[in-house]
Amino acid sequence: MSVVNPDIGVLLVNVTLLALLFFVAIAIARLRSLFAIVMLTGAYSLISAMWFVAVDAVDVAFTEAAVGAGVSTVLMLGAMLLTARTARVEPNWKRLGPLAVCLVTGAVLIYATIDLPAFGDADSAANSHVGAMYLQRTAAEIDIPNVVTAVLASYRGFDTLGETAVVFAAGLAVSLLLGFGERSLSASHKPARANLKGVLVPSNKSDHHVVLRVVAKVLIPIVMIYALYVHFHGELSAGGGFQAGTIFAVAIVLYSLLFGITAALDAFPVIWARSIAAFGVLLYAGVGFWALMNGGNYLDYDFVLPPDDPDYGPEDANTWSQHVGIILIELGVLFAVAGSLISIFYAFAGRAPEIRDEDW
Amino acid sequence: MFEFIGERYNYWMIIGLMMIGLYITFQSSNLIKRLTGLSIFQTSVFLFYVTLSKVNGGSAPILFGRDWKGQGKKAEAEAANGATGDAVATPYGGDGHGDAGAVGYGPVDGLYETYSNPLPHVLILTAIVVSVATLSLGLALIVRIREAYGSIESDDVARADLETALAEAADRDESEATA
Repeated sequence: MSVVNPDIGVLLVNVTLLALLFFVAIAIARLRSLFAIVMLTGAYSLISAMWFVAVDAVDVAFTEAAVGAGVSTVLMLGAMLLTARTARVEPNWKRLGPLAVCLVTGAVLIYATIDLPAFGDADSAANSHVGAMYLQRTAAEIDIPNVVTAVLASYRGFDTLGETAVVFAAGLAVSLLLGFGERSLSASHKPARANLKGVLVPSNKSDHHVVLRVVAKVLIPIVMIYALYVHFHGELSAGGGFQAGTIFAVAIVLYSLLFGITAALDAFPVIWARSIAAFGVLLYAGVGFWALMNGGNYLDYDFVLPPDDPDYGPEDANTWSQHVGIILIELGVLFAVAGSLISIFYAFAGRAPEIRDEDW
Repeated sequence: MFEFIGERYNYWMIIGLMMIGLYITFQSSNLIKRLTGLSIFQTSVFLFYVTLSKVNGGSAPILFGRDWKGQGKKAEAEAANGATGDAVATPYGGDGHGDAGAVGYGPVDGLYETYSNPLPHVLILTAIVVSVATLSLGLALIVRIREAYGSIESDDVARADLETALAEAADRDESEATA
């Protein structure tokens, strides 16, 4: 097979973006300023999201852009604010050991690539069996065009249930370690807190965020509607519960960045975040039990709605059964991801930082 | 030779990224930088999976054109009810092979268009969300370490632990000697 294939443009984009990623990673390895490192990590995520688009993984790109470049950068900044600004200088001799280990490991792995299938090979082992089967069967069995959503929500619904539970567990663990944002009420936001029950008073008198705040007030509802669009349109195009949940969380994070954590806690209390996270996992698992009670297997969406024909069987399933099942479990994913990410964000942002804006 | 490089360039770049991540994780004693290295390592695995899923000439795995139009359950139900039109199509038949001559090209049997493999996309999509959850757990632990030890350099933490252990041992020896 020739390299000069019809996808020469894809190949060029591919080469360029991977090279960019490589240089950004080297810069991260060389830097000591944690702020620069965190920012470069955000850039790294964004470039890898672009690369995902170039190799057709649009759903992955969507997730990476929302999660990697958005939420995880904010969380790392929050953690950095609570810990340190710079990494300590390492003596040069300490680098030799790790460098040698990495070079040897890399050489061994590169030797192993001789046996790997060529880039873009449709006949490789990875692309020829179960992946092709999902493509062939989705239209007839699941009845939605986005094969990624079909595999994620229906064929491999059990996997996704596990992953939703992992996200929920991580959110719970962070909340247990750092609290639920109660500390934000103590230290750095005193002027705003004085009027907590009534109208909110901005904590800084010289309001240099005024333009941002006005724009954000228009933008945040649109972001939230967009999250719902991504959720309900996930069957037809790129998107789904994970992306929608992240975008919803980002709307709250944006509000909290511009109006202060106290205002955000007023607008979207921690108890809501915790509740919807738990409710999301419950909804997902509940759909599984519902199918079980209707006579199907766990998470078999053909049994979510009563079948057209009373003689039960997957082939008699209601036309809309898969759709309803997928929308419901994706809603569960949305709630679980949004709730977990918001409570994680509150846990970090709610710890009173020792450093104020002016000290930066 | 050029062909060989072109086919494996992605793997080499990804291995390079993976090794940079590994190096940062090994070499840095700053815990936040270490987590960054870990997440670069993690991302390189994501890139590897998605690289394997790419098919030449393929598009994103969202059914379109003749593959989608009129092939869903709804169309089948309508066809069964007699509401026939051009929407009736055989799901697994058709002249599925677009570019039959070339090896490694063309759609899978029963489809008209070429798509990339959806399965690695699904695995990586969920892995990305799980990775941010685990990253935040690591960051939360680092924040607590900072509060307990006053530092996020692993050398300092290890030294503080050692000093505490030695002091405790000395205390125990003293109390045993007096007893």
